[in-house]
Amino acid sequence: MEREGERYRRYTRRALLVAGAQGVLTAVVLGRMYYLGVLQADDYALLAEENRVSLRLLTPTRGEILDRKGKKLATNRKDYRVFLIPEQAIDVVDTLQSLGRIISISERDVERLQRRISRQRSFFPVTVAQNLSWKEFARINVESSSLPGIQPDAGETRFYPEATRVSHILGYVGVVAEEEMSDDPVLQIPGFRIGKSGVERQFDLRLRGTAGDSRVEVNAFGRVIREIARQEGVPGDDVVLTLDLEMQQYVMQRLGEDSAAVVVLDAQNGDILVSASSPSFDINSLNMGISQENWQALLDDPRNPIMNKCVQGQYPPGSTFKMVVALAALEAGVWEKNKRVFCNGKYDLGDRTFHCWKKEGHGRLDLINAISQSCDIYFYKLAQAVGIDLISEMARKLGFGRAYDIGIGVGREGLVPSRAWKLATQGSPWQVGETLIVGIGQGALLATPLQLAIMTARLATGRVIEPRLIHAIGGEIQPQLVAPLLDINHRNLLPVLKGMEKVLEEGGTAYASRLRGEGFSMAGKTGTSQVRAITLEEREAGTQNLPERPWKERDHALFVAYGPREHPRYSISVIVEHGGGGSSVAGPIIHDIMQTLLELDPASDLPVVRQRRAQISNPRSGGK
Amino acid sequence: MGISLMFGSRRVDRSLPQKIKTLNWLMVLVLIAIISIGVAMLYSVAGGNFDPWATRQMVRFALGMVIMIGIALTDLRFWMSMALPIYGIVLLMLVAVEFFGATGMGGARWLDLGVMRIQPSELMKVALVVALAANFHSLTQHRAVQMKSLLVPIILMALPAYLVLRQPDLGTTLMIIAGGITMLFLAGTRAWLFWTGGAAAIGAIPIVWNFMMDYQKDRVMVFLNPESDPLGAGYQIMQSKIALGSGGLFGKGFMQGTQSHLNFLPEMKTDFIFTVLTEEMGLVGGLVLLGLYLILISYGIWVSLTCRSEFGRLLSMGISVMLFFYVFVNVAMVMGLMPVVGAPLPLVSYGGSALLTVMVGFGFVLSVALHRDLNIPRNDPFG
Repeated sequence: MEREGERYRRYTRRALLVAGAQGVLTAVVLGRMYYLGVLQADDYALLAEENRVSLRLLTPTRGEILDRKGKKLATNRKDYRVFLIPEQAIDVVDTLQSLGRIISISERDVERLQRRISRQRSFFPVTVAQNLSWKEFARINVESSSLPGIQPDAGETRFYPEATRVSHILGYVGVVAEEEMSDDPVLQIPGFRIGKSGVERQFDLRLRGTAGDSRVEVNAFGRVIREIARQEGVPGDDVVLTLDLEMQQYVMQRLGEDSAAVVVLDAQNGDILVSASSPSFDINSLNMGISQENWQALLDDPRNPIMNKCVQGQYPPGSTFKMVVALAALEAGVWEKNKRVFCNGKYDLGDRTFHCWKKEGHGRLDLINAISQSCDIYFYKLAQAVGIDLISEMARKLGFGRAYDIGIGVGREGLVPSRAWKLATQGSPWQVGETLIVGIGQGALLATPLQLAIMTARLATGRVIEPRLIHAIGGEIQPQLVAPLLDINHRNLLPVLKGMEKVLEEGGTAYASRLRGEGFSMAGKTGTSQVRAITLEEREAGTQNLPERPWKERDHALFVAYGPREHPRYSISVIVEHGGGGSSVAGPIIHDIMQTLLELDPASDLPVVRQRRAQISNPRSGGK
Repeated sequence: MGISLMFGSRRVDRSLPQKIKTLNWLMVLVLIAIISIGVAMLYSVAGGNFDPWATRQMVRFALGMVIMIGIALTDLRFWMSMALPIYGIVLLMLVAVEFFGATGMGGARWLDLGVMRIQPSELMKVALVVALAANFHSLTQHRAVQMKSLLVPIILMALPAYLVLRQPDLGTTLMIIAGGITMLFLAGTRAWLFWTGGAAAIGAIPIVWNFMMDYQKDRVMVFLNPESDPLGAGYQIMQSKIALGSGGLFGKGFMQGTQSHLNFLPEMKTDFIFTVLTEEMGLVGGLVLLGLYLILISYGIWVSLTCRSEFGRLLSMGISVMLFFYVFVNVAMVMGLMPVVGAPLPLVSYGGSALLTVMVGFGFVLSVALHRDLNIPRNDPFG
């Protein structure tokens, strides 16, 4: 029994030791609980909140782009799309295959998405498909519980109701490239689009708006349980352009498939009413995703549909430049408006012979008739008398040689040559022969269609008209300066304008394009600018514009005009690339445009116009 | 009769009504309190539904209660004589798992008995304690400390440990071994053996490492550095700690746990139910539950210390230690103090095997309490 007693004592000792060890372990657990639940409670509460609450950025509605009458040029429409959040998908390929039973997903799509996923963080959603039909979208929503990681989303996408009519002005939108990332949180929204060119790009920050956010409660799989708070985004500002969609549409339609550009300005204030560059392209397709082949076809097209010819196309202005030369000569006082020159079709200077477009010559004519009949010999002599530097000075006064920032990115400057320019760029002195060539708007001289329209407006009004495309942003009307008078002797304008009027009168180069009807009138100037030198044989045979010649070598057809004569409302420039003769090709176009402009002019009070409006508003009576 | 003097008057051979009267009903109430907390949490985890878990857990508890009281009222001498058969039956069930086991959770652990699926490895925790207690009871003090007397207990431990390891279930294996070694320590095996054994165990870590499955290695690595892989294997323990900590002192309120209800927590109704409790009821709620467990564990120790027979002492203490291991491993695991080994919180976690094991075990404790003055002859059940 002694043994039993000893056994019991040892047992008690050891049992208490075990109990003590348990006590120590219990103390550790209690200490841990105190650490987690008291000392670190705030930190963990925050982490739990971060788990629970997910902040989702809400895409703000992009501002619309409107024409001067409020017609929509760029708007937004519903876009049903599907995102994939890789981290929430158990197996990306599996999920995509399941999704593939609802919408079509090709092997290539899967590969593309996998590449994309491997490059970015796994909680960042990738766009699987967009522009889904409502039916497809609804099915995906119904089956979303069996599609882990798939997130259907009803968003908005840019839509251009007039996809091909205003392309070059509006530009287009596209996904944010890496180098375009800024700290604007909006850019992190998957599928967010920003402006890539044109007005969309220049005014992107205003159009974009401010992202809203939605605080949602999510479960561990990222599924939204409920919305806790929502702060709507601020929609982007609307941009109103000076364009007149109706006229723009008309002009684009009139140009058809020609490679051409037309600029119409309000001659009084410089508002750009039409800026048409043809052929065009579908900007909606760029937003929705254009195929590589189609994009390449656009790039390879010799008629260059991507380029905005109105501000980026640079052409020798040809005879449309003759007003500049005439005005320069009159201003310089080296020429009387009544001074007559005899044209026999040729002019010899040193060992070179300069030709008039009219082989047999114009005979004796004065400045006004030299303009209206576009006599080259007269202007060779005129230019020779005034000299290149005064010509280029006048060209600059009238708007050449300068890039205009109208809100679609800076256009091209064109080129106004001078002595200094030649010395600086070619290192050789100016030749008198070159002055003669510039005198008829050829040689190194280059101008954009916008510059030609500005020149015409400045001549017609005698004021320094500046072009204006952006009318209002977010309701703020953009400044519209009162154009100051041109720094010239305005009496010298009269013979020049008279010459332009006579262009559309009997004996003028564009008599055929004159406007008929009471109150319908315009003045203008034709131009045919050579793309390459004409050989002697071609000149003899008169074949330089026959259809057999390669398109690229044919002359550009130009026309500038303003109308009506008495109170100029519009100035227009037309250029048809490699179109042939200015009077035969550009003439009919400018006739139709001016005719339509004057008919639609809301300020017009002509009886003809009233009658036409009555017909349109009451077709039954107009039928007779 | 020196010992009998220490315990005062002898209370042996009571009648059944006397036993029922003497039974410690306070402990039964503590058990009911624990199961109530468990049922409440299962109700919460099911999003405010008694189905599918809470109701079934209550039914199991009722069944367990009948078994527990049945065991408690049965004479301790009977259980002593049944020690080896019980051990044998559970061992056979473990062998059966090897051939007919149902698979789940990365191993074959369940045996389908038709009425219920049961994990023999859980029952073995109790069976081993009963067998070891009976074995040491049959030895004299002199023999109990002899080295050669360790052979039988080691075989008793090694067989189930091997079978459970093969399932594979490292967590339960370690708990069986730890329980067995504690029994050896309590029975009086020489102390130096434990120090050298401990050193050997540390030396054996690389060997054990090689036997471990990849997911087990992952768990250990992640335990050592949970932030290394917050979205992978460390996810569970991170989310559990967040839930525990964000509960604060008084919790987010019943049914208000965000970590649980939004599915950030893994295995909510089983291994991580303590986390759910602490998130919703706070540190205070967790302490109340741990306090209830400590009452049960302390009662087992007290019964052991006041028991006259070696069998009763070792049995009661062994069960108490087993319960402590259960609770400690689970709670330490969800707090990030131990690797995730997949151990339930008995009575509270959804599942029948651990509940049955603990209630059977506690039935033995209550039986020891009722028969603590009983003199049990040292007839060797193994000889």
